[in-house]
Amino acid sequence: MADLRNNFVGIKSPNPFWLASAPPTDKAYNVERAFKAGWGGVVWKTLGEEGPPVVNVNGPRYGAIWGADRRLLGLNNIELITDRDLYVNLREMKQVKMNWPDRALIASIMVPCEEEAWKAILPLVEETGADGIELNFGCPHGMSERGMGAAVGQVPEYIEMVVRWCKQYTRMPVITKLTPNITDVRKPARAAKAGGTDAVSLINTINSIVSVDLDTFAPNPTVGGKGTHGGYCGPAVKPIALNMVAEIARDPETYGLPISGIGGITTWRDAAEFLVLGAGNVQVCTAAMTYGFKIVEEMISGLSDWMDAKGHRNLDDITGRAVPNVTDWQYLNLNYIAKAKIDQDSCIKCGRCHIACEDTSHQAITQFVNGVRHFEVMDDECVGCNLCVSVCPVENCITMEELPAGAMDQRTGKPVDPNYANWTTHPNNPMTRQAAE
Amino acid sequence: MGTTQSGILGGRLPLADYETNFSDLHPALDRHEALVASDRCYFCHDAPCMTACPTSIDIPLFIRQISTGNPIGSAKTIFDQNILGGMCARVCPTETLCEQACVRNTAEERPVEIGRLQRYATDIAMKENKQFYTRAESSGQRVAVVGAGPAGLACAHRLAVKGHEVVIYDAREKSGGLNEYGIAAYKSVDDFAQSEVDYVLSIGGIEVRHGQALGRDFSLADLTEQYDGVFLGLGLAGVNALRIEGENAEGLEDAVDFIAALRQSKTKADIPVGRRVVVLGGGMTAIDAAVQAKLLGAEEVTICYRRGKEHMNASEFEQDLAASKGVTIRHWLQPKRIALKDGKVAGIELEYTTLVDGKLTATGETGIIAADQIFKAIGQSFEASGLGSLAFEGGRIVVDAEGKTSLANVWAGGDCVLGGEDLTVSAVAMGRDAAEAINRAFAAAMPRASAVA
Repeated sequence: MADLRNNFVGIKSPNPFWLASAPPTDKAYNVERAFKAGWGGVVWKTLGEEGPPVVNVNGPRYGAIWGADRRLLGLNNIELITDRDLYVNLREMKQVKMNWPDRALIASIMVPCEEEAWKAILPLVEETGADGIELNFGCPHGMSERGMGAAVGQVPEYIEMVVRWCKQYTRMPVITKLTPNITDVRKPARAAKAGGTDAVSLINTINSIVSVDLDTFAPNPTVGGKGTHGGYCGPAVKPIALNMVAEIARDPETYGLPISGIGGITTWRDAAEFLVLGAGNVQVCTAAMTYGFKIVEEMISGLSDWMDAKGHRNLDDITGRAVPNVTDWQYLNLNYIAKAKIDQDSCIKCGRCHIACEDTSHQAITQFVNGVRHFEVMDDECVGCNLCVSVCPVENCITMEELPAGAMDQRTGKPVDPNYANWTTHPNNPMTRQAAE
Repeated sequence: MGTTQSGILGGRLPLADYETNFSDLHPALDRHEALVASDRCYFCHDAPCMTACPTSIDIPLFIRQISTGNPIGSAKTIFDQNILGGMCARVCPTETLCEQACVRNTAEERPVEIGRLQRYATDIAMKENKQFYTRAESSGQRVAVVGAGPAGLACAHRLAVKGHEVVIYDAREKSGGLNEYGIAAYKSVDDFAQSEVDYVLSIGGIEVRHGQALGRDFSLADLTEQYDGVFLGLGLAGVNALRIEGENAEGLEDAVDFIAALRQSKTKADIPVGRRVVVLGGGMTAIDAAVQAKLLGAEEVTICYRRGKEHMNASEFEQDLAASKGVTIRHWLQPKRIALKDGKVAGIELEYTTLVDGKLTATGETGIIAADQIFKAIGQSFEASGLGSLAFEGGRIVVDAEGKTSLANVWAGGDCVLGGEDLTVSAVAMGRDAAEAINRAFAAAMPRASAVA
C-alpha cells in the first residue's frame, strides 16, 4: 500500500485530497461529514471581515453544462464568500480542528485590500488552531466588484503587498489562491513568491456565462430576469488548470514553489495528473458537489493502487515527475514521425475518423476499399495529427505508431532522421537564417 | 378468473386482462428516456443504419435533432423520406433492418433504439398535428391509386405534394391496408393507423373511395381511361391452402382474418379463441396470430413450422416474444390431416420433415396435436382480376426500377409486385418512388410552353 500521507508546507494530512474553499466547506456539519468520509483536509469556506456578513442571492446560484446522459461537465456559480457570522465560523473551525487533529484545516480569507483589515482577522484565525491560511484572490464574481477576490488577484503588486502583510502578522503558512482570469499566470505566482508566500493554489473559477435561456433571453442562472457572469469549474476546466499549474511548476522564477492543484479533479487519475505536473496536493469541489463526499474513497484507492502498480512509494516519488517533459513548442522534435493505425478488429465502422479527416484535415483515411466499407489510414497522406484518435468512439481502436529511425515516411518520401532537431535550428525559421547570415 | 372450457369461445378472460394484454408492446419513450437513448448515437458517417432502411431515413440526423431538443425537426427528417414513419416506427422489424446495422452492435451488442426514437419524434409532431408539406400549384393531372395501404398512401401523399389530384380506391371500409387490418393489436394501439391515415390525407387533394374493389367495381382499363396515371398498390388478398383432408372444417381459419378481426374489435373480449390452438406457419403472421391467441386466453398455443428455426421468416425478436407469452414453437412438422369430431376441428395430424439433399422431405413419422382451433399462416397470394393484359411473373406484377409496369401510365408497388418484401417500410418506399416517377413522366410529357406558363 503506497504511503499517501501528505506534508504540504508543513501542514500534514493523511492523504493529499482536500476539499476546496467552497459551499461544501461552509460549516461544521459539512466538514465533519467530509472528514468522516475520509477527506484529508478542508479549506473552510472563505471568511470575510467582522461585521454584518455578505448576503447571497435568493434565487439560483448555479448553472451547468452537461455531456451525454446529463453527466455534469461544467458548473458555474455566483455564490459569494460565507454569509455566516465570522465568529460562528471561527468557533466551529476551532471545534472541528479539535475533533479531527490529524486532518488539515485551512482558513480561506478575503478582506478588503487594507493592511488593517488583514492585521485584524489573522490573530482571530490563528486562535482557532487552523493549520494555515489561503488568501482568496480568485473569486471572479460579486466580491471582485467590491475590489476583492479576483480584483486583487489580477494585480500582481496587490498580491505581493497582501502576502507580505500576512507573512508579517501570522505564523501560519500562507497559501495564495490564484485566479485564472489573467493572461499569464506566472506573473501573479511570481508576485506571491516575492511577497513571501509559502505556496500557491490554483485555479480559482473562470469567468463564464454557462448558457442563455432562449425563451427569456437571459443568462443562466437567471435571478429575476437577469444574470451575471459566474465562476466556472468542474471537469471542463481541468485542462486549463493543468496548464497553469505546469506553467508555474516549470517557470525558473517560481520553480519549487509548492502548489496546491485545483480545477475539475473528479477521479484519482485527475489528481495524479495534477501531482505529476508539480502539485503537492489537490483540492476538490465540483466532484463532491456532484456526487457527494464518498468519491474520495475512489480517489484514495485509485491513486494508491496506481502507485503500487507502478512502484511509487509515496507522494514525493510522483510530485513533479512530468514537469521536465513540459516544454515550449519550439523545442519539440520535428524529426519525430508518427502515423495513425486503425485496428480493424476493434473498428466498429462508424466512419467518424474518415469524415473528420476527409472534411477537416488531411484526406488520409479511406471509406471504401475494393467497394467494401473499410477505414484505413493512408500513410502517404497521414501527418500524424491525432484527430482520428480523438474522435474515435472506441478506446485504443486507433493508435499513433511512431516510425522508427531510418523507416521511410511515405508522405515525404524521406527516411526518418534519427537525430533530434527542433524549430530553433530549422532552415525555415527566419531567426535561424538570421543567425546563419 | 377466466375460463378454460374447450371449444372456440369469446370472453375467456376478465375484461381488465384484455386491456393489459393488448396494451402497447413497446411503450413510448418519455423525453428523458429519449434523450438518454439519443445520446448513444455516434452520428456515423454514411451511416449503416440509413443504408439498411428501405426508405433511407437520415437516422443519425433525426436522432441528433432529438438529442438537441428539436423533435419537430426530427419528425420532418423522418417524414421527408417516409410519411408513414409513425407506423414504421411501431411495426418495422428494426432488429433485422436499421438496428441490426447499428455500429453499437459491434462494440456492445446493443444497438441505439432507433425504432423507439423514431416513434418519439413522430408522435410529438403528429400529436401537435404539425404539417410539414404544402401542395404545389395544381398540375391539372389526375392519378388513380388502387389500395389505401402503405404503398398507396405513400404514393398518394407524394403525388399530392407535387400538385396532382389523387383518387384512392380501396375494397375495404377503412384505409390503411395491412396497417389497419394486418398488424397485431399490441403494435398499433389507440387506433393509430386511422390517426396516421388522417394525418397523411390532411395534405389535401386526395379523395378515398372505400368499398371499391378492382375487378368487381371497376377495371384497370376504366382507370387508365379516366386518369392521367394509375398506381397499383394492392395487397395480397388470397391465402394459401393446406391441400389436406379436413381443409374446410369448422375451426380451421385464416390467421389474417383472425388478426383483422382483433384489430377491429374494441374490447377483444368478443373475439372467440380455442382452448388449444395450433398455428401453421413460420412468419410474422404466424407469430401475430399465436401470440394474440394466447393473449385472448387460449390455454395452449403451438406454432408448427415445417422447417427449422433458422428458416423462419419471423425475426428472432418475434420468436422470443412468442416464447415469452407462452407460445410453443415446434419445427420440422408439416400438416398431414385435420382430425375432426362432429365435423369440427379436434386436432391436427402432423408429419415430421427433414432435409434430404437440401430438399424438404417427409419422414413418414406422424403425430397428433389436439386442438379446437387451427390457424393457417402459410403465406398469402396476389389474387386480382380486372388487370387486363398487365404483365405478371410468379403471380406478381412485373415492374422496373421506378415501379413502372408493362402498361403505359401504370405504376405499381408494395406486396403486389415482383420483388416486394412483405414489409410496410418497403411498400412505403415503392409508393413514394413511384410517385416521383409518375411526376417525372408528367413533367416530361408536358409541352414546353405550358410548362413555362
